[in-house]
Amino acid sequence: MKSVTPLTSTFTHPFWAGVRACLPLAIGVLPFGLIYGVLALQAGLSQPAAQAMSSIIFAGSAQFITVELVRQGIPGALLVLTILVVNLRHMLYSLSVAPHIQHLSRGWKAALAYLLTDEAYAVIITFFNNQPKSPQKHWYFLGAGLTLWSGWQISTAGGIFLGVVIPASWSLEFSATLMFIALAAPTIKNKPTLAAALVAGVTALLAFGLPLKLGLLAAAGTGLLAGALVERFT
Amino acid sequence: MNIWLVMLLGGLLTYLTRLSFILLLGRGAFPAWLLRLLQYVPPAVLSAIIFPEVLFREGQLHLAIDNLRLLAALVAAVVAWRWHNALLTILTGMLTLYLLQALFA
Repeated sequence: MKSVTPLTSTFTHPFWAGVRACLPLAIGVLPFGLIYGVLALQAGLSQPAAQAMSSIIFAGSAQFITVELVRQGIPGALLVLTILVVNLRHMLYSLSVAPHIQHLSRGWKAALAYLLTDEAYAVIITFFNNQPKSPQKHWYFLGAGLTLWSGWQISTAGGIFLGVVIPASWSLEFSATLMFIALAAPTIKNKPTLAAALVAGVTALLAFGLPLKLGLLAAAGTGLLAGALVERFT
Repeated sequence: MNIWLVMLLGGLLTYLTRLSFILLLGRGAFPAWLLRLLQYVPPAVLSAIIFPEVLFREGQLHLAIDNLRLLAALVAAVVAWRWHNALLTILTGMLTLYLLQALFA
């Protein structure tokens, strides 16, 4: 890592401001990293694979979904497609932060893009919008992103450690379903999003028997369509 | 497909979604219809996973009062909708399931 610029004392540097801003969030994601680690092992992933996913994919909801679909034995190509669709929202974050870091080198852009999670975006965009002229915004971004990254890796390791101990009879896989419910609730905020959720859910039930678990894609597709139609005609 | 290959491809694609506009800004705008469609991805994909998990048991639709997971999920959904707190949702849902199992299973 590049050395911290010496213009002020170390802990007032924007890097540390980013670290401080993300510490509560990093602590907040610890339980989810723990649950993810436990579920990954119960789904049959090896310990190295479970840990590696947290740094290779580094996106909580996509990791929960991947682990659940692995447990159901869904084919790999469909898994990759699902990960892509679920993570497409990052393009919005990318679009949103891009103007703030246009002046940086390609190396900086490549590194910061890797750290652009839901939580990091929420924190840095607030800072960026409050201090659009700050010349060291990217250090804040780096501090925030690395803090969240560390919290996620450490809690994943903790979950993998616990996963060896926790028996399957605890029905802990149900906590993944509950996590999805918790993630879905705030996304349903009007009629079109409610229609998307209901139509996708019912389609998933009707299409449950489709080969290669294509029901998931069919359901997501009809859900998107339902959302768009309700938006258009209300 | 090997799980490592799934992770590498999934991780690469995820990274590209994050890098996309940071690298490409100014080379054409994002179509507005796609932006609007994107907001329906989370509710659609998540409920497409939730519904069968809660309503199917061993490949059969199980829409009845003795489906304890369904009851626990409904309680969790109310908590999630009311408080928007993921940890509270998971804790309430798991405790409800354990309580129902202790009482009825």
